[in-house]
Amino acid sequence: MPEMRYREALNEALREEMEADESVFLMGEDIGVFQGAFKVTKGLLEEFGERRVRDTPISENTIVGMGVGSAMVGLRPVVELMTVNFSLLAMDQIVNHAAAVRYMFGGQVSCPLVIRMPGGAGHQLGPTHSHSFEAWYLHVPGLLVAVPSTPADAKGLLKAAIRDDNPVIFIEHETLYGQKGEVPENGGPARFGEAAIRREGDDVTIVGISRMAVTAAKAAETLSSEHEIEAELIDPRTLRPLDMDTIVESVKKTNRAVIAEEGWPHGGVGANLAALIQEQAFDYLDSPVLRVTGADVPMPYSKPLEQAAFPHEEHVVQAALATFRDV
Amino acid sequence: MATRAASGKRKAGLPAEDRCREIVAKMMLIRRFEERAGEMYAKAKIGGFLHLCIGEEAAIVGATDALRDSDYLMSTYREHGQAIARGTSPNAVMAELFGKRDGCSGGRGGSMHLFDYERRFLGGYGIVGGNLPLAAGVALASDYRGEDDVMLCMFGDGATNQGTFGETMNLAALWSLPVVFMVINNQFGMGTALERHSAVTDLSKKAEGFGVPGRQCDGMDVLDTHRVVADAVRCAREERKPQLVEAVTYRFRGHSMADPEEYRTKEEVEEWRKRDPIATFGKQLVDAGVLDDEGLEKLDQEAVETVDEAVKFADKSPFPDLASLYDHVYSYGEQVKGWYTVDERSPGTHPGERERDAPQIAHDLAEAGAAYAGEQPSRGAADKEQEEESG
Repeated sequence: MPEMRYREALNEALREEMEADESVFLMGEDIGVFQGAFKVTKGLLEEFGERRVRDTPISENTIVGMGVGSAMVGLRPVVELMTVNFSLLAMDQIVNHAAAVRYMFGGQVSCPLVIRMPGGAGHQLGPTHSHSFEAWYLHVPGLLVAVPSTPADAKGLLKAAIRDDNPVIFIEHETLYGQKGEVPENGGPARFGEAAIRREGDDVTIVGISRMAVTAAKAAETLSSEHEIEAELIDPRTLRPLDMDTIVESVKKTNRAVIAEEGWPHGGVGANLAALIQEQAFDYLDSPVLRVTGADVPMPYSKPLEQAAFPHEEHVVQAALATFRDV
Repeated sequence: MATRAASGKRKAGLPAEDRCREIVAKMMLIRRFEERAGEMYAKAKIGGFLHLCIGEEAAIVGATDALRDSDYLMSTYREHGQAIARGTSPNAVMAELFGKRDGCSGGRGGSMHLFDYERRFLGGYGIVGGNLPLAAGVALASDYRGEDDVMLCMFGDGATNQGTFGETMNLAALWSLPVVFMVINNQFGMGTALERHSAVTDLSKKAEGFGVPGRQCDGMDVLDTHRVVADAVRCAREERKPQLVEAVTYRFRGHSMADPEEYRTKEEVEEWRKRDPIATFGKQLVDAGVLDDEGLEKLDQEAVETVDEAVKFADKSPFPDLASLYDHVYSYGEQVKGWYTVDERSPGTHPGERERDAPQIAHDLAEAGAAYAGEQPSRGAADKEQEEESG
C-alpha cells in the first residue's frame, strides 16, 4: 500500500470524486490560487478550472448557504472553511438550513453538501482558530459528522461524504495534515458508522476522537509496557452515525471505558458517549466511565499553556489506570 | 403561473384581457385566502405564528407573473401568497397551515416554511435574510449547468440589515449569477419602522456598493411591479447581471396575528388602504371596460369558493402519522439506512439494518419513561384516535 500524508489523501479524494462526477465542485476561502490554507486543494484549480474550484470572499455564512442552495437543486458542493471556529459564522446556515431543509420541506429536497474544516489545537493559533466543536455538530439531527484520524480514513470518508445525499460536517485535525499513513490504492469510499478497532485488548476500552485516537494509541502502548494493561482502542471515525455496537461490545468485554477527546468537557462528545455507555452497558461496568477532555478554557496562545489545555498521552494513561482503582 | 398563451383583446396600457382577469383573480384569491387564514388562526385551527400578506398582493403577483415556469422563487415566512401565485394548490397551503399530512411541506414546516419543488417554489424561510445565500446557491447551480433559469428571491426591508444581504450581493455580482433580489418594503421590520431600522431608506440603493444595481417599483401597482421585475429578470437571464428591485408596499395587517400594532397609527393604515392594490387594479379594469363590477364580484366569489374548499380539504386531511416523526431527517442510502442508524440512544440497532426492530430493552426504557426509546404504545393510540376523529 502506498504511503501518503493526510492532506494528500484528502486531495486525492477530492480529485477522484471531481473526476467521477461533474456535479461535484469546491468552494472556499483561498482554496484555488492559494491552494488552501493547509494545501489540501493543491493543484485542483489548475486541473479543474475556476468553474469547479471557486475562491470565495470571506463570507462564511453565505458560502455555506450557497452550498445548501446549490445542493438543494442537485449539485454536490464541497465547502472548505478555514477553521472550525470560522464555521460558527455559518452556524445559522448549517443548523437552520443544511440540517433542516429536507425535514421542514417534507422530504422534497435533499442536501448533499460537505463542509470541510480543520479543528484542534497544537499550532499556537490561539482562542479563535483552534477549538474542537465536534460536539456542537454531533448535537444536530440532519447532519452527519466525520472525524478521520488517519490518511486512509481521511480519503475513504471524504469520498463517502461527497457521495452521500446528506449534509456532512467533515472535521480534519490541523496537526494531522502532515501525518503519513498507508492508503489503499484505488480505495473506495469508507463506511460511515463503522468504528475501527485500532488495538485489541481485554482490560479497558479507550475511545479516541479525532487526533485523540492517535494520542490514545501511544497511551495504550505505555499501558501495556509499563502497567501490563491491555487496552482496546476504538476510533469511531464518524460521530453521526456512531458505531455504538462496537463500543458496547468492547465495554462488555473489558468492563471499563475511557473516552478521550479534545473538546470542552461540558456537553462534550465524551459526556454524550458516557451517557450512552451507562445506558447500554451499565451492568457490565466495573468502574465509572471516565473522560479525558480539553481544559475548560478558550484555547490559549502561549505554547506551554496551549499544551496544558489539550490532552496528552499521560492523561489517557492516568485515566485508564484510574478505572482500576477500587471504587 | 404566467400563461403566455393568454389571448384576447388588449386595452391601452393593459395586458391582454384574459391576463388582466387572471391577475386580478389571483390577487383576490390571495386576499381571501389570507383573510380566511386569519379566521382559522383565531379558531385555533392554525398554530404558531401567522404572517399575512394582505396589502402586498400586487407586489407578489406582479413579480411572480414575470417568471417562466422553470424559474425559481424563494420567499420569507410571509409567503402564502407567493406559493399560491406560483400555482401551489390553496388546499395544500391551507393543509400545511393546519399542520396536516397533505400540507405542501407534509406538516413539518407550517406557515413559515411552505415548499413546492415541482413549481420551483423553493421555500418560505423563517430566518430573516437567511434565504439570500440559498437563492444565490440555486442561481449558481443554474449557471453551473449552463441553464438560463433565473432565481427570484424575495425578502423584507428588515433583511437588508442582515450580514447575508451584503455578503450575498457581493458574491452574486462577483460571480455574475442569474438572480433577482426583491425587497418587499412593507415599511416595517416587524414593529420597527424603516426609518428607525435602516440608515439608507431608499433600499434600491442599498446594494449598489456591492455591484448590484437597484430600481424601485410601486408595489401597490401590479402592472408597474410586473414591468420592473420583468426587466430585472431579463437582465439577470440575458446579461447575467444580478439585480435588486425594491417594491414599495404596505402590509395592512400586523406583523403576525400576535401584533397589537402600537407602532403605527390607524390613520396611516387608512391612508395606505386607499391604495388597496386589488381595488385599484379592479377599478382600472372597470374603467377600461375589461370587466364590470359584476364580473369582479364573480371573480371574488370564485376566490371565496376556492378558499372554502381549501378549508374543507385541510379540515379533512389527517394529521401526519406519529410514526412518521423521524421521516425525512436524513436521506437514506448507503450510509444511512434509516433514522435509527443515526440515533444511538436505542440499544441494539445496527448500521445497515433494514428494518428497525426495537429490542425489548427499548420498550422497557419507554415504559420507564424514557422519551426516546422506540415506539411508544401510548403515542400509537393517540394517533389512531386522531385518525378516527378526522376520518
